[in-house]
Amino acid sequence: MVTVNALTELPPRPDAGELVAIPQGWEVREVEQFLYREARLADENDYDGWEALWTNDALYWVPVDGEGDHPRSTVSVIFDNRNRISTRMKQVKTGKRYAQAPPSNLRRIIGNVELIGGRENAAGGVDLEVGANFMALESRPRGNELWGGRVTYRLRQVDGQIRLVYKKVVLVDNERPLPTLGFLI
Amino acid sequence: MTALLPPEIEGGSRFDRLVQPARVHGSLYTDPSIFAEELRKIWHRTWVFVGHESEVPQPNDYVRKQLADQDVVMTRDKDGELHLLINRCAHRGLQVCDDKAGNSSSFRCPYHGWTYRNTGELLGYPYNKGYGGKNKLELGMGKVARVDSYHGFVFGSLAAEGPSLDEHLGAAKGEIDRLVGLSPDGQVKLDAGWLRHRTRSNWKFLAENETDGYHPQFVHGSIFGVTGSPIGALYSDNSTAVTRNLGDGHSENDLRPEFRSFAEPMRWFGTTPDRVPGYVAAMHEAYGDDAQRRMIEGAPHVMIFPNLFIAEIQVFNIQPVAVGECVQYATAVQMAGGHELNQRMVSQSIGSVGPAGMLLADDTEMYERNQRGVEMADPEWLDVRRGLGRESVDAAGFTIGAATDETGMRGFWTHYKSLMEAED
Repeated sequence: MVTVNALTELPPRPDAGELVAIPQGWEVREVEQFLYREARLADENDYDGWEALWTNDALYWVPVDGEGDHPRSTVSVIFDNRNRISTRMKQVKTGKRYAQAPPSNLRRIIGNVELIGGRENAAGGVDLEVGANFMALESRPRGNELWGGRVTYRLRQVDGQIRLVYKKVVLVDNERPLPTLGFLI
Repeated sequence: MTALLPPEIEGGSRFDRLVQPARVHGSLYTDPSIFAEELRKIWHRTWVFVGHESEVPQPNDYVRKQLADQDVVMTRDKDGELHLLINRCAHRGLQVCDDKAGNSSSFRCPYHGWTYRNTGELLGYPYNKGYGGKNKLELGMGKVARVDSYHGFVFGSLAAEGPSLDEHLGAAKGEIDRLVGLSPDGQVKLDAGWLRHRTRSNWKFLAENETDGYHPQFVHGSIFGVTGSPIGALYSDNSTAVTRNLGDGHSENDLRPEFRSFAEPMRWFGTTPDRVPGYVAAMHEAYGDDAQRRMIEGAPHVMIFPNLFIAEIQVFNIQPVAVGECVQYATAVQMAGGHELNQRMVSQSIGSVGPAGMLLADDTEMYERNQRGVEMADPEWLDVRRGLGRESVDAAGFTIGAATDETGMRGFWTHYKSLMEAED
């Protein structure tokens, strides 16, 4: 039998560890185009298109309290692996995910796109880590919300396509009460 | 906004007119003067859940908390005693404590350097000759008059006199007992941080909804359907679960009849013993023959008046902001000793609750539509009669209704009315 204590050990937090050099073969313009596409799919509630960007080792993380504490031992707004992203998409596609039915009207701007470094992945490769700032205006029946923050992406080239491995969204106001976040941030 | 008073009923107190056995008036959710009266007669008087002792485990730990409209600092002094300090300097009213949490035996106001011990006592003030020397001022930080805890759940009452916490909790204590009795060492912790969900709704819509067994199939059908969750069936017309008015405004959805009929340990948690072997072994070691019953019956689903909701593995702290706004603070129950259930409870809670939760964001959508709805003129009333004709009294003397009945809401309103009819 597995001992109780062995199961309490936490893996390193997903943003722990040192970056390595920016991997070869990435063009900043191409990276930006990918980020803009991801943003457009999210803005337009294209759930299938957005979900298809992710790799199987996906991690979609929206912490609270700045950069957040360890997401396996403390609560986050979102901490989705690939399965949970899929569940989230299936739920919203029922049309009865009332927090997003009707869906938000939404547009976001991404800026300050910066290639940050390389991040070694479990398969032995190196993913590209990209930082950006964003601002999104959300319109819902009860009013508008302005969302803003810092996004860290990890990207990987798979069969000649750019895919999304990791997206961490640190909202500037994540130390305060947040309204319902029903859309894809 | 709905009319302030329903015109067709005369006599009795104001709240006799607004709170009736089968219906309540819409103005209870929209009238700012009623909200102001609630602050005085409920939030500044009765026992309000503030936090948990595990948030300040060490001497001199502190954490900022909210008690309705009051910014309070929950401190543990050097001797281990808990205090709820009102975060206001006795000199010029500033917030004395800026940080959200930390460890310090004292707090220093940034404005003129007045310093307070973490018990609220004034320790000193700079250039003291202006006050005739040291220790001349009989001032201190304000304090929540009474602080008490039950199994680590910390409550505060701003009223110096009144029922004890023990009396206030009444039968709801048994539900907290059930929760901590699922921990092998009999203790839980609330140290996994808090999600803060801003909700544009009157706080009472939340308190009423927490043990409303009528809504889950509808509001949560989207997530139950895609995950194949068996939770929906617990709140169906055929369910053997009951809704219980525990008295004193507290109520529960008692799901034990359903879980007993399945007699499967850990079904309540959506898992099986072989997937959490360390926990199951620890439970058997701690509770012997009774462990099996505990793991079959599972955790409580109880709303403790006015603001503590224990939803099996999540704890909610509801705090009002204004007549049409409140904040839901939510966290995952953690078990002392840190075993294998803890990470699962964190993960399930992240999926379920908070601003993006696949359950609570939909509840919150309902609360906000509730609020918009009661601003409409007609009909003026909200109906709370469901199950009124099929209630019974259980062996312990509590009123119970079917799984989907509004028995809990009616218990809430009876207690609410008694508090609001009290003298100012």
